[in-house]
Amino acid sequence: MAKFDLNDDGVVVIVGSGAGGGTLGNELAQKGIKVVILEAGARNEIQDFINNEWESFAQLAWKDMRTTSGSWQVAKDFPNLPAWIVKSVGGSTVHWAGASLRFDEHEFKIRSAYGDVPGANMLDWPITLAEMEPWYAKAENKMGVTRTNGIPGLPGNNNFKVMEAGARKVGYKEVHTGRMAINSQPRDGRGSCQQIGFCFQGCKSGAKWSTLYTEIPKGEATGNLEVRPNSMAIKIEHDTSGKVTGVVYADAEGKQQRQKARVVAVAGNSIESPRLLLNSASSMFPDGLANSSGQVGRNYMRHMTGSVYAVFDKSVHMYRGTTMAGIIRDEARNDPARGFFGGYEMETLSLGVPFMAAFLKPGAWGRTFTSAMEQYPQMAGMWLVGEDLPQETNRVTLDPKAKDAHGIPVASVHYDDHPNDVAMRNHAYKQGSAVYRSIGATATFPTVPYPSTHNMGTNRMSAKARDGVVNKFGQSHDIKNLFVSDGSQFTSSAACNPTLTIVSLAIRQADHIAGAMQRKEI
Amino acid sequence: MREVDRRTKLNRRTFLQGAATAVPAVAVATSAGLSIEDAWAEGATTLAPATMKTLVKVARDIYPHDFLVDSYYITAVKPWDGKAAKDPAVKAMIEDGVKRLDQDAQDRHKLPYAQVAWESDRVTLLQGIEQTTFFKALRSDLVVSLYNQEELWPKFGYEGSSAEHGGYIKRGFDDINWLPKV
Repeated sequence: MAKFDLNDDGVVVIVGSGAGGGTLGNELAQKGIKVVILEAGARNEIQDFINNEWESFAQLAWKDMRTTSGSWQVAKDFPNLPAWIVKSVGGSTVHWAGASLRFDEHEFKIRSAYGDVPGANMLDWPITLAEMEPWYAKAENKMGVTRTNGIPGLPGNNNFKVMEAGARKVGYKEVHTGRMAINSQPRDGRGSCQQIGFCFQGCKSGAKWSTLYTEIPKGEATGNLEVRPNSMAIKIEHDTSGKVTGVVYADAEGKQQRQKARVVAVAGNSIESPRLLLNSASSMFPDGLANSSGQVGRNYMRHMTGSVYAVFDKSVHMYRGTTMAGIIRDEARNDPARGFFGGYEMETLSLGVPFMAAFLKPGAWGRTFTSAMEQYPQMAGMWLVGEDLPQETNRVTLDPKAKDAHGIPVASVHYDDHPNDVAMRNHAYKQGSAVYRSIGATATFPTVPYPSTHNMGTNRMSAKARDGVVNKFGQSHDIKNLFVSDGSQFTSSAACNPTLTIVSLAIRQADHIAGAMQRKEI
Repeated sequence: MREVDRRTKLNRRTFLQGAATAVPAVAVATSAGLSIEDAWAEGATTLAPATMKTLVKVARDIYPHDFLVDSYYITAVKPWDGKAAKDPAVKAMIEDGVKRLDQDAQDRHKLPYAQVAWESDRVTLLQGIEQTTFFKALRSDLVVSLYNQEELWPKFGYEGSSAEHGGYIKRGFDDINWLPKV
């Protein structure tokens, strides 16, 4: 395994090892480029994962202090936990569900498709679906997405069968076990899904794609990739010409180190990435790096979300089997006649008893709540996930008071629901309930959003430098050897889960970086 | 369909835990002339036994499950004694919270909280303190300390960790048999 010198200024330093950073690291390493990945979390491997929701949360989740404000429910229910993401090698690909969907064409150009929606900061991506298609194809092949590349779909579990029966009953047509980056048959040296059911706690069988045991070891095997766990990036430094020169980070002992770099790519997810750019402010860049547009940290998107749990008079045992292998796609279209722009997906979801107690109705108590809990084995559940619109005031900033263990200002996340999000959520609750009621559900529970698992938009792509932070390759408009490689590049959120698009963009970005390095542009 | 056996099972771990706590409890009960049911509260070092017992009652009133015996609620609230021992602010919060609740109960029912006979009357008292730090701290702790007890999961039809059993691929992940044909 490679070990690079702190003073080696020929390396590409990537901050974060998840879908964006882990993929970019491997892709660059395969092309012979030297890479150091700084990962804030520890290296927990498959054998370390725990089939226990709270224990696993303690092991994997990003629990460092954050603050919140705004009208969103999460700020009230979980004021210091705006997002449920991972601090561990592999990042949030350790706990993601595996849903791997492509954006629709209109979702790359919301300004053109939806118009100038009041209160929203609408912008088209500087890329189109047609340009992304070959990269989507590469990502699907890499990740082994079911229903692509001749890979069969996963078998449906009980929770899916309930949702499917209801969906057919109400007339939905596009209903299946999803496009999932979870092996339905052995592939790429990994076995097939054992229907364990703890997808969010780290896949114990390795059937689910995660950079932890795919991209990262493959990159390490080239001798060009070094992953440094327990390395929390604190500041990106630059020279007098305005080019970035390295990253200062706190190591496992809390000691500050400086890794020199030829190129820096930020992939710390949409809360930490803008935080790092903002915390890297200097006299030359007083508003933070790559922030001449003032858009760093703005346009934070977290998807319109919610869940519907339904109770039946007989058992379901929704927790058995792949958590999210089930989808209804009929509402994903853009049809403003429903009273909102954009669309949403309905995807199977289950929680164990410990998380159900915490998330079914946060703060609730008494017999109404415990009666619902007692129906647990007869419950089916779905997650509602849809496009939320970018708003300039939905924003990650540096908290003026709170600091982390290294004395660095923490991220503060402000989010107000747009009327479009509210209208979509109400529609989705109604439709989700209808699906279950149609086959005899005796009760349905519209469950409020959980801490955000999909975080997007805070360093968005734009054709013009004044509208966003990075160009169509994730390269910052202001500093040519500084890149953004995670979901914070997203100009819009689309209805679907973001990981496939993050991975596709990272593969594409690796090509761009390698070319630019070869041409000595960076 | 494979249903979950809801009966209480004693595995080695719970048996050993039970043994470890039961012996001193029995000793306390014998020496102090208490019933064994009450003896657990005497083991508290910082909070008064009456305070601990009120906490158990409050815990059951917050998350009432009639199929759960008191031991689950005791397990859930017992750590407050240790937290109170470490932090005087926690001790004061718990003691003042219980005192206020008992006072409210006295004002309305001429009885301490734990002796108010009907759950609905006790719930009304709890609603009166719902916005206090005491109630919020107790409830937010309880939602984890109660429902995260592995021993009670089978009673909710939940099977817990599955990887060591080979997942559900051969244990009923798709065994639902009552759905209407579509």
